[in-house]
Order: sequence, then structure tokens, then C-alpha cells
Amino acid sequence: MSIEHGTFVQKYDLLGCIQCGRCTGGCPVTVRTDLNVRRFMYDTVEDDRLEELSEKPEIWDCTTCNTCAIRCPKGLEPFEVLLGLRSMRAEEGNIEPTARDALESMFNNGNPWGKPAAKRCDWMQDIDGVENVRILEPGEKADVLVHVCCTAAYDPRIMPLAKNLARVLDAAGVDYGFIGEEEKHCGSEARRLGEEGLFEYFDEENTELLNQYEVNRLVTLSPHCFNSFKSEYTNLSMPVLHYTQLVAELIEDKKLELKNEIASSVVFHDPCYLGKKNLVFDEPRYILSQIPGMETAEFFRSKERSLCCEGGGGKMWVESESKEQRLAETRIADAQELGAKIVAVACPFCLLTLEDALKVRGLEEEMRVADILELLGESL
Amino acid sequence: MAENYRPKIGVYVCHCGINIGSVVDVPAVVEYASKLPGVAVSREYTYMCSDPGQNLIKEDIEKEELNRVIVASCSPRMHEPTFRKTLKEAGINPYFLEMANIREQCSWVHEDRDEATEKAKKLIEASVAKALLLEALEEKEVDVIPSCLIIGAGIAGIQAALDIAEAGFKVYLVEKTPSVGGHMAQLDKTFPTLDCSACILTPKMVDVANHPNIELMTYSQLEEISGYVGNFKAKIRKKARYVNFDTCTGCGVCAENCRLAGRIPSEFDEFIGMRGAIYLPFPQAVPAKYTIDPQRCLQLTKGKCGKEGPACVEACGPGCIDFEQEDEIVEIECGTVIVATGYDVFDCRRKPEYGWEENANVMTGLEFERLVSASGPTGGKPILGRDKKGEGGYEPKKVAFIHCVGSRDKSVGNEYCSRVCCMYLAKQAHLIRDKLPEAEITVFYMDVRAFGKGFEEFYDRVRREGIRYVRGNPSEIYRKGDDHTMVIKVEDTLTGTPLEYEADLVVLGVGLEPRSDIREIIDLFKLSQSTDGFFLEAHPKLRPVDTASDGVFLAGCCQGPKDIPDTVAQAKGAASSALILMAYGKVKVEAQVSVVNPDECRGCGFCVEVCPFGAIELVDENRMGNIVKVALVNEALCKGCGSCAAACLSGAIQPRSFKDEQILPQIAVLGVKP
Repeated sequence: MSIEHGTFVQKYDLLGCIQCGRCTGGCPVTVRTDLNVRRFMYDTVEDDRLEELSEKPEIWDCTTCNTCAIRCPKGLEPFEVLLGLRSMRAEEGNIEPTARDALESMFNNGNPWGKPAAKRCDWMQDIDGVENVRILEPGEKADVLVHVCCTAAYDPRIMPLAKNLARVLDAAGVDYGFIGEEEKHCGSEARRLGEEGLFEYFDEENTELLNQYEVNRLVTLSPHCFNSFKSEYTNLSMPVLHYTQLVAELIEDKKLELKNEIASSVVFHDPCYLGKKNLVFDEPRYILSQIPGMETAEFFRSKERSLCCEGGGGKMWVESESKEQRLAETRIADAQELGAKIVAVACPFCLLTLEDALKVRGLEEEMRVADILELLGESL
Repeated sequence: MAENYRPKIGVYVCHCGINIGSVVDVPAVVEYASKLPGVAVSREYTYMCSDPGQNLIKEDIEKEELNRVIVASCSPRMHEPTFRKTLKEAGINPYFLEMANIREQCSWVHEDRDEATEKAKKLIEASVAKALLLEALEEKEVDVIPSCLIIGAGIAGIQAALDIAEAGFKVYLVEKTPSVGGHMAQLDKTFPTLDCSACILTPKMVDVANHPNIELMTYSQLEEISGYVGNFKAKIRKKARYVNFDTCTGCGVCAENCRLAGRIPSEFDEFIGMRGAIYLPFPQAVPAKYTIDPQRCLQLTKGKCGKEGPACVEACGPGCIDFEQEDEIVEIECGTVIVATGYDVFDCRRKPEYGWEENANVMTGLEFERLVSASGPTGGKPILGRDKKGEGGYEPKKVAFIHCVGSRDKSVGNEYCSRVCCMYLAKQAHLIRDKLPEAEITVFYMDVRAFGKGFEEFYDRVRREGIRYVRGNPSEIYRKGDDHTMVIKVEDTLTGTPLEYEADLVVLGVGLEPRSDIREIIDLFKLSQSTDGFFLEAHPKLRPVDTASDGVFLAGCCQGPKDIPDTVAQAKGAASSALILMAYGKVKVEAQVSVVNPDECRGCGFCVEVCPFGAIELVDENRMGNIVKVALVNEALCKGCGSCAAACLSGAIQPRSFKDEQILPQIAVLGVKP
């Protein structure tokens, strides 16, 4: 990438930084990697150091959890500097092969998982209690249009989330439909892997498609898609909700009844893109509190202080070299200490990383990780 | 008088050093002005506002018999009063002055010399057009009632009250809470001298209560204020204490016997100590009179207190308790007002990442003051985690202090520095070192601003007492496990080391904020706020205690965060400003006020609605037997802002010196056809 004089200084308002250290102080990955985002805020002021800085491996350790941004007393977004450096590498194609494959697949297949677009609706088969899954044609009317998310559409572990969402919406009598094979990646992970251009492509493509529907709102399964559509798309014409917001509304309006008891203790892990990024803290907790028999606990680090699971920011495709304990494992250990039997999440990435950590710690017999959608499915 | 003759105008073009001269071709402008109709003299000078500059004008007025003067220089906000005085001294009516603003509206905002010069010429030509039409105005004076109303009896209000009272004028000192003293009374020691706060404050508190010239109204609130500089009328609500003020001896037997004694969080102790429903906020409270909290008292809220009736009534020897007591409205008149309403400390619930709300061992600086104060809930012993009976607890072994909580922080909307936190944290670190010689004490800072007298020396001393300063502003604080260990996530920015620092007491250096009830005072006095939310002074440099409302002055932290010496200095300044008005006994009222032509007024009342100063009312006028409504301007209240003239449908109300017939020709010169 050709760097014009002062590009970073202006784009990231680097001279607004007072080097207070709140960004690095709050950064969750500092316990296991060398990343010091404050240093990058200081060092990237010098144009002729950008090339060298972009080659530092720790720029790939950032999970884009947004902690540095919400803590910054000057309203800056330090992690964006790391994405700027990543894009210098991505532009040259000089990135991890796994990340490169994911980006190529995004462009070719509309998803990062290397799966054909034609198989995007395979998950729709055999949904318990749902006769016909409605796929909306562009131009069609409905109350809710659901964006399923690439991970839920293709990852067998996450597919049940999408199925349960259909069951929940059916049970509540919501007028809703899916996008079908036309659905594409939201672009969130493309941007986090440094492919700003690819993100813009998805912004345009998806906006053109989505704006054709006559729906009242777009509901996403993943907080990452939610964030992109809600905050990063430039011209999307409809309100965007995360499914927890819609479900909380359905329960409150008494449209959704949760009958089956789940006699267990649950602790909710806030997904960064739902919580720290979009300040949705109450709805997931409200839903859990409405499931009969459920006892709820709180992490010491919850809501604004929630600990990132390391699943975001393109980290599904770029491994950190650290030998230190993964944050997801720390999270599971904290949950175990609280005596929780279920760690509830509301994000496909959190589900994958935390479940993995649970297995690594050999706690499958004692505890489980479940998305709120799965718990809802059990309670219907 | 010369004024009535054909206009003879003098034009004076100022270079303002190079402020104007470097952009505008001043000689060319002078030359141009000399040829305009009615202009007898046209001159330039480096600094017109200087003594020689003003003398130039005076000499011309005498020698050339000028009867109109145009000064082409800075904004009239800057020097109009200066040059009006010049005219007056030279013997002509000061309202025959017209200012052409060729600095702020020309040289400061333009770069092209030719175009700026042309614009300066046009601005002067427009002023000439208006000057020909100016009228002589009369400056009136009104009497000033020799008394001052002071709102708020913290150290600012107390100091201002004492100064004014000592000068021989009457003071009404109104305080919302049951005692005077404000935040200063809550503090243990003061920085950097380590004076005992109560020891230096209580004599002043007693003085305001005893001074013959001060009428102290505690547990009282200003409800209404009307009038204008020199002649205010105020309504003050003296809230019912449900205790006979005159007979209460302050013995405290009532509070000891209260059924809720020790069960209600005490405001004075920042809710870490307890009081009863009948209470004295703190031992040195002035007046030493008990008050019943109507929100908590069982008798007042439930109509019933125990089986035998209220225990306080039983206990009180002189029979002072009176549940039938009602609020009293007092009306007073005063000539001046000082607003000294103080501040709130930052509400830590707005920084949930610090965990203040759910952890008792994460406390604000003000809570810490109560913790270490001899009159506080632990008698000054730094003990945390006591049970409800006040037993058990622990002495902290690792204490952390955190700078800039709620200050210099856009994420909570407070961009400003609160000015006191650096030093009060240094003082608190010293205090805890004194009490806990073995404790590990760390201060997390992003900058240390030790700017005041003796501050840097104090900061040096404190560090050497074994207090570690680590440069890094903590990002989050969370509990670890079930004991009282708190983890502070912070980076030591000087070494670039991220830390998970453990402490068992964390003190948050909370900043100062505008009071949450600031709206009440704004609505009463129509005061403005600066962008930080504090009250706006009339001029940041030269009128720091004045407000845009004449006769209303500011003192203390309601105008912006400040420490005690600065607060006292400002309070003395406000007192002196109020005294100037009262000592002279008269005040000039604005001459450029609006005037109504009753024949054209239709009595629609639009002007009454738009007037921001409440200066206009509709009055009945008898027109040959028909009673009609017409607008009437109270000239003492009118500031000549012109809002009424803009709203008036018939052109019946016009501000003097800015009448349509005066400003339309001026605008026409600038190329706009009326």
C-alpha cells in the first residue's frame, strides 16, 4: 500500500492520543501476547515506520473486542490502527495462508468457510416442528428478514442455532423469512482481516439485495453481522436487530412462551460485538431470566468488563503463537469457580471458542456451553 | 449644543498594532473615509484605545466641533465602553459613537489585502450612514438595595457572606441542606498544607451564624427571583425541620432514641456512615439544630412510630419536636446576588468498568475523606468491610489511587481537567501512609498537574514517603475470588508493561461536575453554561465573577472546578463586585433599550413571549374610553437585545440606536436593498 504523508495520523487522529495507557491496560490479549496497542498509536505517527510496523506479528493478535475504544478518554479507536496495518499486508497478499483462503472464499463463495453458495440452505432440512421454511424473494413483504450468518449456515456445530431461531420465530407467530442462497457474508471478518476493499464490496452487494425486501427489520444471528449491518454499512434502509433483542421483545409481549424447565445454573458470557461494541447487555440476561428453573449468576468480569473469547477480529483464521492460557479457558475456569453448569453465549464464535476451551479443560461432564438459541429451543 | 447642528463626523481608523494594519491598507481607508458625506476629520493611529489615541479624538471634538465619532477598530464588545467614555469626557453625548468592526469581522478573517481594504471601507461607509441618524440617549441610574442574597453556604458562600457583612451590608445566606459548610466540611485535611479542614472552616461557619448582618437560612431553597440589578425580589422556602428551631439545644438525645438511628445512610458521610431519621449532619454542624428527614421518618411517612409513639418526642426535654410544622415562605428584597452553589463529584456509575457500585472497597475520593476523618463512620481508622453493627473489617494492605476518574475523559462527556484530583490524591496517599505505615501504596496517573503554590513541593514529599507513582491510567477493575482482592488492569506506560495489579482498597480520584440540580438555578436566573456545563462567566479573563445578568455574580466551583484557595479568592472577588454596586448605591441602566410606540402597538404580546429578560409586559391603556392592551418596557430589565423588535409585527417596538430607520440605511450601504 502506498502511504501518503500523514495518512495514519489523519485517519486515526493519532495526535489526539495522550498515551494514558487505558487501551493497553484494558486489552485482554496482553496477558498472552506481545501486543501493545498504545505503542502502535505512538509509533504509527511516523510514516516511514509503517512498513516495518505492519510486519510485526502481534498486529494479528488483536481480537477487535473494542475494549481499547470504549476506554479511550479521547474518543479514539486504537484497534483500527492495527486493522490499517493489516490492510497494508493484505494488499500485498502477504498474510497467513489460512486467512488468505478465507478471504478468497469470501469473494468466490460469499462465505469464509470454503463452502459453495449452493449449499447455504442445507441447514434448513429437518427442523423440528417447522414445516416450511420460508425464503423471501426480493421485493416480498414480511415483518422480519433473518440473516443467518455464514458460520451458522455451514458449521455443523452452529447449524442448530439457525434451526432453533426458526422454531422460536414460528412458535411466536412472527411473520418472517430467510434470504436463501443469495445470502452472503456480511463482510465483518473481511474488514478485520485487513481487506477493506472486500468489505466495501459486501456492503454494496448486500445493501442492493437487502434494500429490495419490504421488511420492517433485519435480524441477525451473529453479533458480528449485527454490528456490520447496523454500524458499518453505509446505506442500509432498515433497522437491524440482534436476535436477542427480538426474542426479548417477543417474550415481553407474551408472544413467546417458555414452558420447559431447565433446572440448571447459567452464567452469561457477553459477546464483545453485542456488548462492548453495541452496548446490548440487558436483553440476553432478560431472556435467560425468563427460562423456567434457570438460576443466573454473573462473572466478576461482565458487561463492560467482559473478557473476550478471542473469536473475533479474524482470529478464527489466524492463530496466536502464545503458549499462555487462552482467554476462553480463563473464562471457563471463571465459570467453573462460580459453580455454573451452563455458560450461555449469543454468538457463533463465542460458542466455538468457549466449547473448545471446555474440552481442553476436560469439563464436558460437568458443564456445557450453549447459545441462548439452544436453551430457548429446549425450553419451548 | 453642538449635537443638534448639522452632523460633523470624525472617523478614526485603528491599526491595532499589526492586527488590522497588516491586512487592511489603513491609509487608503482613511483617505476614502475623508470623502464620505458629513465626515469632517479622518485619521489613523496605531492604538486608538491608548491614551494618546483617545486624546486625538478629544482634541478633534473640541477643535473641530465634531458631533459624531466613528471608531473603526475592534468589536464594540471590546472597546465601545472605552470610547463612549472618551466622548463623554469631551462633552458630547456618548451615544453619538459608532464602532466599525474592521478587526474581528475583517482583518482577522481575511487574507487578501485588496479585498479586506475594500470591505473595511464599506463597513466604515455603512457606519457613516448610521451615524448621521444617531440620537442622543440619556443614561439613567436606579438605586441599589443595600443587601446581597447568597445561594449556597459552602466555603465560597460563607466567605462572600462574611466579607459583605463585615463591610456593613446585609446578607441573606441561603443553604439547601440543614448545615452550612458544603464539601469542605467533609474533607479531612487540605492540600498542600495538611491543615485540618474542619479546624479552619468551623470558625467561619460559626461566624456566619452569629454575624448581625447575616440572616442565615439553612434547609432553605430559593423558589423565585424577579426584578433587576439593584432591585431583586426573592421568595425563599424554609423547609420544615419538624423541630422547633428556637428551642432546640442540639443536645442530640432525640437522635439517640430515634427508632431508625444508625439505619439511614448519611449524605454527609457519602453514604458510608449512618444516621437516624432525626439527625444533625455532622457534629460541628451550624446551626446545631436537629432536622427530621421527612422521606424516612416513620411518623411522617407512615403516621405511626412504634407502639408508644415517636421516641424522639418522648426523649426531647424541651419538647421541640413538632410534626405539624409546615414550610415557610420568606420574601426578601436585595440589590445583588451571589450564586455559590458548588459542585457534585463525578458519579462513578458512569464508569462501570471500575466496579465502584458493587464493591465497597472501591471508593471515591470523597468517600475516602470520610473514611479517614476523625468525625467519620470509623472515627478515622482506615477499616473496610465492617458488618452492619460496625464490627469486624480489615485494614488494607495494598492501596491504589487512580487519577482522572471522570475528568479529561470524552467517554463520559467531561473533557476538562478537574484541577483538584492530582493534589487531593497525593494528600490522601500521604494520609493513608500516615495511618498504615506498612501498606503498599501506589498511585496510577497519566499526568501530575501540581501547578499551585506549594503543590510540586508537596508532590515531591509524598513520593519520598514511600508512595509509588506508576504512569498509566487503569482500564478496568474487577474482583478476584471471594475475598476483597481487586485486580486493576493497567499498563505501566513508561516501561510498556501491562499489569494486573492487585489491591484491597482502590480510591478513585473522581473529578468535579456541575451539580445535578444546576437546572433549577439556570431557570431562576437565566444563567448560561459553558461547554463543560458549569456556569458561564461574563468574560473568561476580565470578568470572571460576573454573569450576563447584571448584579448576579458567581463564586466557587459552580463556575468551574477549583481548589479552596481559588474558591476563597473568587468568593472575595464576587463579594467585592457586589459591594461596588451596594457601596455606590446607584447603578446605571442600559440606555440602548427598547421603546414602544403605543399608537402602533396592537397588544399582541409576541414581544412579551420572546423577551429573554422578562422586561416587557402588556398594560391597559385608555384610548378615548376604550381600554386596549399595549406593550410596556421595563427599562431597568431590558438589555437592548432586539428580540422584541424582530418579533414585532407592526414595528411598534424598537431598540434605541438600532431602530429600523437607523440600521436599514446602514445595511443598504453594504449592498442590501431594504
